[in-house]
Amino acid sequence: MKLVIGIVRPEQANQVLEALYRAEVRGFSMSRVQGHGGEMDRVETYRGTTVQMGLSEKVRFEVAVSDNFVDTTVQALCEGGRTGEVGDGKIFVVPLDHAVRIRTGDSDEGAVTPVNK
Amino acid sequence: MSGGIDTGDTAWMLIATALVLLMTPALGLFYAGLVRSKNTLNTFMMSVAAIAVATVTWAAVGYSLAFDGGGSLIGGLGNAFMQGVDFAPREGTAIPELVFFAFQATFCIITTALISGAVVERMRFGPFLVFAALWSVLVYAVMAHWAFGGGWLISGGTLDFAGGVPVEMASGFSALAAALVVGARKDYGRQALLPHNAMYVLLGAGLLWFGWFGFNGGSGFSTGQNSVLAFTNTLLCPAATLVVWFALDLMRGRKVTAIGAATAIIVGCVLITPAGGYVSPGWAMLLGALGAIPSYAIIVWRTRTRVDETLDVLAAHGTAGFIGILFIGFFAQEAWNGVSDGLFYGNAGQLLDQLWAALAAPAYAFVATFILLKLIGAVMPLRATDREEAMGMDVVQHGEEAYVTGEGAILLLPDDHEKVAIPVADPG
Repeated sequence: MKLVIGIVRPEQANQVLEALYRAEVRGFSMSRVQGHGGEMDRVETYRGTTVQMGLSEKVRFEVAVSDNFVDTTVQALCEGGRTGEVGDGKIFVVPLDHAVRIRTGDSDEGAVTPVNK
Repeated sequence: MSGGIDTGDTAWMLIATALVLLMTPALGLFYAGLVRSKNTLNTFMMSVAAIAVATVTWAAVGYSLAFDGGGSLIGGLGNAFMQGVDFAPREGTAIPELVFFAFQATFCIITTALISGAVVERMRFGPFLVFAALWSVLVYAVMAHWAFGGGWLISGGTLDFAGGVPVEMASGFSALAAALVVGARKDYGRQALLPHNAMYVLLGAGLLWFGWFGFNGGSGFSTGQNSVLAFTNTLLCPAATLVVWFALDLMRGRKVTAIGAATAIIVGCVLITPAGGYVSPGWAMLLGALGAIPSYAIIVWRTRTRVDETLDVLAAHGTAGFIGILFIGFFAQEAWNGVSDGLFYGNAGQLLDQLWAALAAPAYAFVATFILLKLIGAVMPLRATDREEAMGMDVVQHGEEAYVTGEGAILLLPDDHEKVAIPVADPG
């Protein structure tokens, strides 16, 4: 069991969603985050105040999957998130100790495997 | 003091002018709410740009071409750079020509701003400024001359109270041409591109309606009966449109929508714009009710096509303006307007006069705008690159964001400027 974390551009979020659906990854959450990953900073001016914006808007996907689904998920995140420019984001795969589906009390593999009914 | 000035008329027209000017920021708000958050400022700025550019072109040549002399296709240059525009009453009115000039300027401004709805979220700001400057003269001033300034439509008997021809049909059909030339947004038809703030849309529509009382109520240039009729019809007609729009929404999706209601307010105001001072209150309400249907149908149909006429200027303005102009031909009533009857009251000729306007206005607006944008496009790229479109026009075109948080923003002191080589991440 792994937790796959994908941080992507907000404008690629829809492509990532589509890629995840196509890969039949059914359960995930996403949140808006701000990050900095080596892309060039933007300079913005508000009246007399000029600022360098060090953080860019990103979208963070978190997908808990069983081991044999890790590659599919990573591939879907890559495929949906890539534009080829600096700032496309990163994917982190981390081990997951324990998972519980609240409705049924299913735990671990059972909790991260989609139920069809 | 010049003779022939009516203080009551002048007082009302000063207020009406300010009311109409308010409509342009209101439109900016309405449009800004309908786009995605990363394009909020750019969308609003297109309306601000119209105030800037169209006012200057109007003072330079637009007003003169529209309102100097009775040439059939275009006016003269006798009032270019506001020569002779002073305190003397404008011919046919009892208000100083300066007030008449300013009132008409606000019409040119809002009409120019309206077209931006077709090209938001991808047209570059520079070319839009060029377009606004040229369009306000080559299309708006020309069509204003036809319908208001002594040109072939008004002298031929076409009734257009507040601008079904130069404002509504001109902007609506120009918007269609602009959408075709500039092309669809890169994600159009692939992703759901949703309004980011429905409250702005409602607030903008409310302020537009408020301003429209000056737009229609001022188009009699007086406090006379036609003005009073148009004023009250501006309340009645959009209300009827709202009621029918609610019903159409209920039939289609079983829910009455807020953005639908905001759209209905605009459609209702547009419907009564040409007809305001010419039809009875009862017919005005019927116009509002019936006129809702074609605009509603076109909005539903348009989103299924590849034509990314983004904010439906054609449906809201072009179509409703067309219906309003034709409606006069059927239901104008001399007992109410003191000018002419329509077909329903035994004067078939009026319908013919209206038909000319309904055919000529869309044709000229569409063709002229299409050619104009093609020419501008030959000199400079009209639209942002896909990469820029993805980043959003606010950051790319203006270097600002509407909803900036300030987190991660490092203050640059004047000496630090050289350290930053390229301001915006190179979208390559």
